[in-house]
Amino acid sequence: MKIIVCVKQVPDTSGKVAVNPDGTLNRASMATITNPDDLNAVEAALTLKEQTGAEVVVVSMGPPPAEGMLREVMARGVDRAVLVSGREFGGSDTYATSQILAAAINKIGVEKEDIVMCGRQAIDGDTAQVGPQIAEKLGLPQVSYAADIKKDGDTLTIKRMLEDGYMTIKVKTPCLVTCIKELNEPRYMSVNGIFECYSKPYEVFDYNTLKDDPLIDPSTIGLKGSPTNIFKSFTPPQKGVGMMLEGADKATCEKLAGILAAKHLI
Amino acid sequence: MSTYNSAAIEEFNGGVWVFCEQRQGKMMPTSFELISEGRKLADELGSKLYGILLGHNIEGIAKELGGYGADGVYVCDHPLLENYTTDGYTKVICDVIHEYKPEVMLIGATNIGRDLGPRCAARLHTGLCADCTHLDIDVPKYKEFLRSASTLAPAMIDSIPEDDRNLKMTRPAFGGHLMATIICPRFRPAMATVRPGVMKKNAFDQAKADACEIIKPNFSLTEADMETQVTEVVKAAKKLVDLIGADVVVSVGRGISKDVEGGIKLAEELAEVLGGVVGASRAVVDSGWMSADHQVGQTGKTVHPKIYVALGISGAIQHKAGMQDSECIIAVNKNENAPIFEIADYGICGDLFKVAPMLIEAIKAAKAAK
Amino acid sequence: MDFHLSKEQEMVRKMYREFAENEVKPLAEEIDEEERFPMETVEKMGKLGMMGIYFPKQYGGAGGDVLSYAMCVEELAKVCGTTAVIVSAHTSLCCAPIFEHGTEEQKMKYLPDLLSGKKVGAFGLTEPNAGTDASGQQTTAVLEGDHYVLNGSKCFITNGTVAETFVVFAMTDPKAGNHGISAFIVEKSFPGFSVGKHEKKMGIRGSSTCDLIFEDCIVPKENLLGKEGQGFKIAMQTLDGGRIGIAAQALGLGEGAVNEAVKYTQERIQFKKRLSQFQNTQFQLADMHTRMQAAQYLVYAAAVKKQNHEPYGMDSAMAKLFAAEAANDVTRKAVQLFGGYGYTREYPVERMMRDAKITEIYEGTSEVQRMVISRALGVK
Repeated sequence: MKIIVCVKQVPDTSGKVAVNPDGTLNRASMATITNPDDLNAVEAALTLKEQTGAEVVVVSMGPPPAEGMLREVMARGVDRAVLVSGREFGGSDTYATSQILAAAINKIGVEKEDIVMCGRQAIDGDTAQVGPQIAEKLGLPQVSYAADIKKDGDTLTIKRMLEDGYMTIKVKTPCLVTCIKELNEPRYMSVNGIFECYSKPYEVFDYNTLKDDPLIDPSTIGLKGSPTNIFKSFTPPQKGVGMMLEGADKATCEKLAGILAAKHLI
Repeated sequence: MSTYNSAAIEEFNGGVWVFCEQRQGKMMPTSFELISEGRKLADELGSKLYGILLGHNIEGIAKELGGYGADGVYVCDHPLLENYTTDGYTKVICDVIHEYKPEVMLIGATNIGRDLGPRCAARLHTGLCADCTHLDIDVPKYKEFLRSASTLAPAMIDSIPEDDRNLKMTRPAFGGHLMATIICPRFRPAMATVRPGVMKKNAFDQAKADACEIIKPNFSLTEADMETQVTEVVKAAKKLVDLIGADVVVSVGRGISKDVEGGIKLAEELAEVLGGVVGASRAVVDSGWMSADHQVGQTGKTVHPKIYVALGISGAIQHKAGMQDSECIIAVNKNENAPIFEIADYGICGDLFKVAPMLIEAIKAAKAAK
Repeated sequence: MDFHLSKEQEMVRKMYREFAENEVKPLAEEIDEEERFPMETVEKMGKLGMMGIYFPKQYGGAGGDVLSYAMCVEELAKVCGTTAVIVSAHTSLCCAPIFEHGTEEQKMKYLPDLLSGKKVGAFGLTEPNAGTDASGQQTTAVLEGDHYVLNGSKCFITNGTVAETFVVFAMTDPKAGNHGISAFIVEKSFPGFSVGKHEKKMGIRGSSTCDLIFEDCIVPKENLLGKEGQGFKIAMQTLDGGRIGIAAQALGLGEGAVNEAVKYTQERIQFKKRLSQFQNTQFQLADMHTRMQAAQYLVYAAAVKKQNHEPYGMDSAMAKLFAAEAANDVTRKAVQLFGGYGYTREYPVERMMRDAKITEIYEGTSEVQRMVISRALGVK
């Protein structure tokens, strides 16, 4: 049994976001992290590994420096990693990305008892599209927003969150599951794991590795193969800096209440 | 399936479609919002607007969609569609789309819409833009939008050619620091999921509802198509806080950490005198101090109340993304450099535990004086 | 000289930081206030390999290196001096002497539980009348057939109330002075062994510090560590290594105080300016950071030398001396920058200042370090 987990390296948007003058993101100036939801997927996979002895493989699409992130994921206990990297893949939208990742997962091989896992969404795009699109390209059933996963033989019982409650869904392997933070608490890297991670198997799949897969076609990958294009990107106007009220005492609060009353907000 | 979308896009003349999500036979509010928005787009395209409604024994709720602007509703009724499943819904929707060829397909970006949309787009080989907050067809209208909502130079905006007839789907990226307008020029339908609570609902018109056409398309669905099985659907027992509809939201952030209960109680009191509800930053929800339905921000809810009070919230961009369009933002934070002050209309640099009680009294007094 | 950390060292530091921030910092104030030993943290650290960082995997260690261990103590001390010393005393004072001087049987018997954090370790050298002058040991060990009988007491034993494995020193030949001291591995369950009163301290209040009492304590003969008479040498070598841990603790405390002061002075407004806008503040912070950076180089250099099996006794003494004095100075300055708030328990700098003081005292006072350094210089 094998669990393949898709992970993405993303800019850390928890601090200030740096924007270039032309309105694009200044990625170089921002720290990168492993996408948070993806760590929940990794944790779910490692938990299943502890229960079943499954092999856990992570796969990521990104530039060569993403190796550092993959090594860190291996330091948490993942067995091996694949980086999908190539100029031909650049500029892919979610559709094209799912074609490429699905081809990479095909190359790794999905067998009867295997599971593919993804985070619900990445914090840079927030689309939540790549997981379901990979599932479609692989022809696997999908369950998204998983908040609990139980495995019994070839059947997974998943608590799938809705805004106003949840559904319980049964699905047979092989299948694809997208994970949310309520599912678990990702473990830390361990000291042992860190000193082992550079000796674990690590592979890079480039265009040539994947080109024989029917999913890999110039018309369905990269910028040219992406159904969506950016028409315009822009920065919204910064809301004018508001009024900092002097002090923080009773008079300040009375002044603010007066303003709200005058504006008929209260 | 890929041959489907090799057809010329001109052949897709089936109008603007809205996936109308219902749960347990009850229409989700976002369906009405999207029908209202879809009406505008259909008018710009000079085409018709249809809802597509899936479920079991749901025909009775279809016509109401007409009251918000739908010309007709494709009703797909089947016992296997009673509960949402990715397999069942995707199969039926893609089959019906193949037959009727809509130009545009809008889906509410609910937990279900965000599961269904990408699966359908991948099967149809078309583009999907997630979590849109603004939609246009006509370029002059789009330019008008850019003039108020972007920092692009006027000359740059003027230079956009006016003949583009693609659906222009605008969405925030990186927590609203960047906005991107996406098009899907080569494939149809152009698909978008739209954030609930963003689009304004039209006034309901009973006459239009009565006139709404009900269409029952052919489709096939059997047990063999179902790879997932829903064994139960559980509604959260607790009444969830209605952040989206609230006029006033008082949110708390990490600043309450030294006295969590006390901080939440203060926010509740302030919300009460202002006539609003209590929200929370991601940090508060992640720490387990409040439940996830209170969360405002990129991964939580988008709110635009009349008054938004941020107590002890530093204003990480993810949070700002969910509240920066509020009419009046009041921020109380100990750190005068907190990013929240960059977007606050009124900022008080101070300890929320000291400021909030005084503010509650001052507002009570101001209300009494009116 | 290579000033770059390896990829693994960079990664392990990141992991310590995340752990310290999420698991250790939130408890720091509470365990100080309540004088509570954070056993839950020790269990978590054990699972993550932090209780046996630089020992080989064959004994259950994490397979890391000495610098990675020093960085662990440093990162923990940035947010909690108590948690840092728990790791330091356990690793340097108990695991290290067993690993370095134990027989294969002793290592296989004791190290797996210690290195995985299942058991906490401690070190018993100091006695009421043998502090800086460790040679004045009054605890005795008499060989009777297949076991030794220990009598006497130890004091100020870090981790004492929670440890299950102790490295203890006693006189086997009182006439032979230093050469009559021997080292033993003592289990908590040995008959005649008991733990005395818990000391109430100025700082590192969550760490356990207590007396050990030996009343006809039976220690099996095979628990002699090294040979009879080698105890003093083992103790001194152990303390050479231990000083790296304490130096790292002092380093972290000082760095933690700098971090807090940088943050606070940019928030606090006086005279309508942020404190950080005053040149006095800027210069103070610059000096504080520079001292801690210098301390870091000394600590890391000592750790790398130990890792490479080069002589490092003088280096670890210099690192501890400098880091401890820098930490005391820097934490005191941080409290001053915070003003009245710094003196309250609402902010962590007063705790850091209290925690820092002990680093000038234990595992050799600053005066002892000066003795070690001057002797190494050949000064007589």
